[in-house]
Amino acid sequence: MKIKVLVAKPGLDGHDRGAKVVAMALRDAGMEVIYTGLRQSPESIVKAALQEDVDVVGLSILSGAHMKICSKVLKLMEDSGIGDKPVFVGGIIPPEDAEELKKAGIFEVFGPGTSLKSIAEKIEKTVKK
Amino acid sequence: MRSMELKIDQLKVSRVLSIIENNTDEARKIIDKLPQRDYFVIGVTGSPGAGKSSLTDRLACMSAVEKSTAVVAIDPSSPFTGGAFLGDRIRMRRATDYPGIFVRSMASRGNVGGLSPSIYNTVEFLGRSGYDWIYVETVGAGQSETDIANLADIVVLVLAPGLGDDVQTMKAGIMEIGDIFVVNKSDLPGSDQLFSRTRAILELSGKQLPVVRTNSIKGNGIEELHKKIEEILEDYINSGRLSEKRRKRNLYNNLNSAYQIIKEHYAENAKLEELIKYLLENIGR
Repeated sequence: MKIKVLVAKPGLDGHDRGAKVVAMALRDAGMEVIYTGLRQSPESIVKAALQEDVDVVGLSILSGAHMKICSKVLKLMEDSGIGDKPVFVGGIIPPEDAEELKKAGIFEVFGPGTSLKSIAEKIEKTVKK
Repeated sequence: MRSMELKIDQLKVSRVLSIIENNTDEARKIIDKLPQRDYFVIGVTGSPGAGKSSLTDRLACMSAVEKSTAVVAIDPSSPFTGGAFLGDRIRMRRATDYPGIFVRSMASRGNVGGLSPSIYNTVEFLGRSGYDWIYVETVGAGQSETDIANLADIVVLVLAPGLGDDVQTMKAGIMEIGDIFVVNKSDLPGSDQLFSRTRAILELSGKQLPVVRTNSIKGNGIEELHKKIEEILEDYINSGRLSEKRRKRNLYNNLNSAYQIIKEHYAENAKLEELIKYLLENIGR
């Protein structure tokens, strides 16, 4: 069965090269990747995840607002009945915040320098579990 | 009327759609349990970059004022890795923000006709689940992606200036399947010529089909287009053409499902291999 991933860019920063590079890498790893473009609200991200019935949600955040955005997305997912789907985060996240995010329910944080292959492998492992 | 739309449980629909996409056997059982309903399927097709998604976005929001509306947007799967990059939602901000509209992206998964293997069952499930107007946006179509004509009640063919001279509009295939023609990007140079050329070609082939000019970014012409779609549907109902189209759709759905079931369950079966071998040996020369 195909793995479906939502790659989303929440918040107001306009830098989506990272999100696109990850989306293409996951496509090349054989996954079906839904990319929703820049400046998405947590509400629209969760709505997309729900309507597309994705297996995983990926958030790319470079704005520094990751704590607020992530907790909002996680809460909305819980409220809409898709709280069981793993959420991963990529971007500029300080290590102490990454720990905090994982405690809050984010399943993994991929910082700069993470290999694309390891992201794909991690997703595959998590979904197939 | 919006309250009616909201009664459809999107989470449930979404989860069942995944089953339908992955297991044709199961899909048929699920659909058979739902009562039959009347619904319309509007196909939107055209070249990559002609503006299909933006146009579908606008049209869907217009339909959703009175009818519960769903959109299925198909993008290609890689023939090499099987992966797909599904980007139609980017151009569908209005529809995806609209409370009642259900938008689903699908990968073509090896299907070469511009649709996806499970599209017939997907549409039938959405219709029976309560959606009245279902838009299906095809893969960016070349010249022979014409399967949408078997699926849709009406095909909206989207053209945009800058993609070839009038010889292109005379070729067989995709230009033959439109029930209504749209010249999108009406603000771009070359749009006037494309409009008159399209009309001339249709006239030459003796077809009285409407050509509408739109600008899906600004929204010009969308109301006219939506009205024309409604008129044509009305006309097809009265002339009996719609029931003929639906009979055909049902036939193609059965054919497609049968093919999928063989592929999903019996492809490894020794008997099937024997059958294929027999067919190749006896008819394949």
